[in-house]
Amino acid sequence: MRSGTVTGGIISAYQSEIGEGPDRFAQLLRAEWTKFRTIRGWLAGMIIAAVVTVGIAALDHASCGGIVVPGGSVTTGQGCSSPVGPGGEAVTDSAYLVHQPLAGNGSITVRLTSLTGQSAGAASAGTTALQPWSKAGIIIKASTRPGSAYAAVMVTGARRVRMQYDYTGDIAGPPGPVSPDSPRWLRLTRSGDTVTGYESADGTRWHVVGTVRLAGLPATALAGLFAASPAGSESAASSSISGSSGGSGMNLATAIFDHVSLSGGQPGQTWAGDDVGGNAGAPTGTGFHQAGGTFSVTGSGDIAPDVPAAPGGGGGFAIEHTLLGIFGALVAVIVVAAMFMTAEYRRGLIKVTLAASPRRGRVLAAKAVVVGSVSFLAGLAGSVAALLAGEHLLRSNGNFIMPVSTLTEVRVVAGTAALTAVTAILALAVGALLRSGAAAVTLVISVVVLPYLLENTVLPAGAADWVLRITPVAGFAIQQSLPQYPQVAASYTPANGYFPLAPWAGFAVLCGYAALALAVAVIMLRRRDA
Amino acid sequence: MTDALRAEWTKLRTVPGTVWLLLAVVAATMALGLGADAAANCPSGGCQLDPARTSLTGIYLSQAVVAVLAAATIGSEYSSGLMRVTLTATPRRTTVLAAKAVILTALVLAAGTVAVLGSVLAGGLILPAHGFTAAHGYLPLSLRDGPVLRAATGSVLYLILITLLSLGIATAVRDAAAGIGGVLGLLYLIPIIAGIASPHWQRHLHQIAPMTAGLAIQATTSLRSMPISPWAGLGVLAAWAAAALLAAALLLQLRDA
Repeated sequence: MRSGTVTGGIISAYQSEIGEGPDRFAQLLRAEWTKFRTIRGWLAGMIIAAVVTVGIAALDHASCGGIVVPGGSVTTGQGCSSPVGPGGEAVTDSAYLVHQPLAGNGSITVRLTSLTGQSAGAASAGTTALQPWSKAGIIIKASTRPGSAYAAVMVTGARRVRMQYDYTGDIAGPPGPVSPDSPRWLRLTRSGDTVTGYESADGTRWHVVGTVRLAGLPATALAGLFAASPAGSESAASSSISGSSGGSGMNLATAIFDHVSLSGGQPGQTWAGDDVGGNAGAPTGTGFHQAGGTFSVTGSGDIAPDVPAAPGGGGGFAIEHTLLGIFGALVAVIVVAAMFMTAEYRRGLIKVTLAASPRRGRVLAAKAVVVGSVSFLAGLAGSVAALLAGEHLLRSNGNFIMPVSTLTEVRVVAGTAALTAVTAILALAVGALLRSGAAAVTLVISVVVLPYLLENTVLPAGAADWVLRITPVAGFAIQQSLPQYPQVAASYTPANGYFPLAPWAGFAVLCGYAALALAVAVIMLRRRDA
Repeated sequence: MTDALRAEWTKLRTVPGTVWLLLAVVAATMALGLGADAAANCPSGGCQLDPARTSLTGIYLSQAVVAVLAAATIGSEYSSGLMRVTLTATPRRTTVLAAKAVILTALVLAAGTVAVLGSVLAGGLILPAHGFTAAHGYLPLSLRDGPVLRAATGSVLYLILITLLSLGIATAVRDAAAGIGGVLGLLYLIPIIAGIASPHWQRHLHQIAPMTAGLAIQATTSLRSMPISPWAGLGVLAAWAAAALLAAALLLQLRDA
């Protein structure tokens, strides 16, 4: 330090010998990072966030689709693993199949005159149990191995012709009743890897329903007739609440076919019947009868993607099941991020901060970058470790984890980390607005954690749906790894891991809240005295 | 003790935030309760909803507000340095804590009673229109009904115990924000985590978690399938609150302010 000098009677003001520092955002970032890292409690909070995420995943003791009945006893689910389809997703592949080998190119044509349903329980025999997604028709399939490639045209319980292929593909055809008076003609033609489905009302004028390519269809595939009916959906079960039918909601569908013709079949072959999928739970009554040219095929099950939430779904777990601990991380991150701002006000440090960097918006931006980055890293470390540990634990307890693509896995994990970061920025902004740590922490926890708890416990489904659309909790949609399939009837509810908004749309809602809070915080920081 | 009480009363009374927080207790309880009432639906086939619990859903939210009130009461003394003055004026430190606890209890008792009465009244008016009728096996929601009275008084007691729990935790960590984070984490996280635990552990978690055990007091239907009975559940929460206050009193005695 040098005091002001007097030369020749002129007093010159003191000027520091230290040159003017660069006024760059990088300096501001460094200042804020120094503030952050030198408070042990805050760093500890971030480490706690990561550790809690893993720790909660390690508490997971789910066992093989086990479910609790109201009495408190535990029954083990039947589905501890599911076959994997050509697209890499878990699938359900059980139906009654009447088939012949189809060598090379060829086609199969049938007339379907009736599709009816029965409940598999003997007690309620005679009740109509045709599900909207009961299905019967013709199929070209790589083999009887569950999960193999196929294409099929069918009539569904909802009285509609559809072409479905490789479990996830679903093309709607024209609607129309099926009865002996108004039968449906169906045709599948194979040409190389391409299978084309046709339908007709009279057997002469044919309409193409769809054309699909099946990769890896072997030279000799199977062609045949099938019938399947998924287990009763919840709505169907509650409408017939008086008769609690046995057979755990299993259903049968029976289809009558005639005018069966196969071109490209091998001479001398006869039709063979198989309960594909061969699940032990298949109800009695499946099979086929051939009388002259008329086939009656009765089957149970479904050829569709596996949806754990469906009545007949396997007991698989979605990967995000292991990431529930992120709620613990969020509480820790919210506390640290709010205090990162409000602690400045406590001792008047904010005055120094704003004197050093008078552009107030940039101060808040630097803080957001610092706390967002640290939270992202804590969330990423926690969720990667939780996913690995959780999957290992689930598998070692005999559970099945629904396979998803690597891209989805990255989206779920990175999305969880991003969710942590955006929540931290929201807490920082609310802290800047309220200037009280306790109020900011409470407000942010009340909008980010509490709605999730409420929609899972006390709120009715309709209200829960809206909570997940308009509150910041919508952001948890980024964790949803399994898509909804319209061709599988299931309760696609938040409690089962299905969010009303698409993953990125839900995340955008959370980001919108954070951006709004940050913008208002910048305006208020500029307007108010510190 | 009288002087300490008067001092704490003056401190709380003269902070504008106190009135707002107490109003927020009433508003939060009523608003969320009304929302749950309006969304509840009990079709002819019978439903699993508990009408008393539905109309008192707001307690889930207002417990956060009373937790803030309690945490801020002690946290602001530490952040502003007032604590040193307080302890100079009243050197018996447990007296300070006790006085704060008494004043907070009185305030939350008043606000909680208004909030709970309002919620039950609203539930009684709204729920019959949503299928909670005698035809579906529901009596009209009234405090003359024993279980409903238990749910209502229990909910007020629940808010008081959460206040004391929060006061204890915030005193132990000497910071309002960290204290409130700890309280809300304790309250909200355990039920969420219980979702992935095995049914056996889930039941145990619900028996020992302060929120799920404490809120058992709101149950008026299907008491048999509850993990814990109403009064025992409130007792669990009382034990949590007592433990937090005890720890706070010990730390207050042992540490420098």
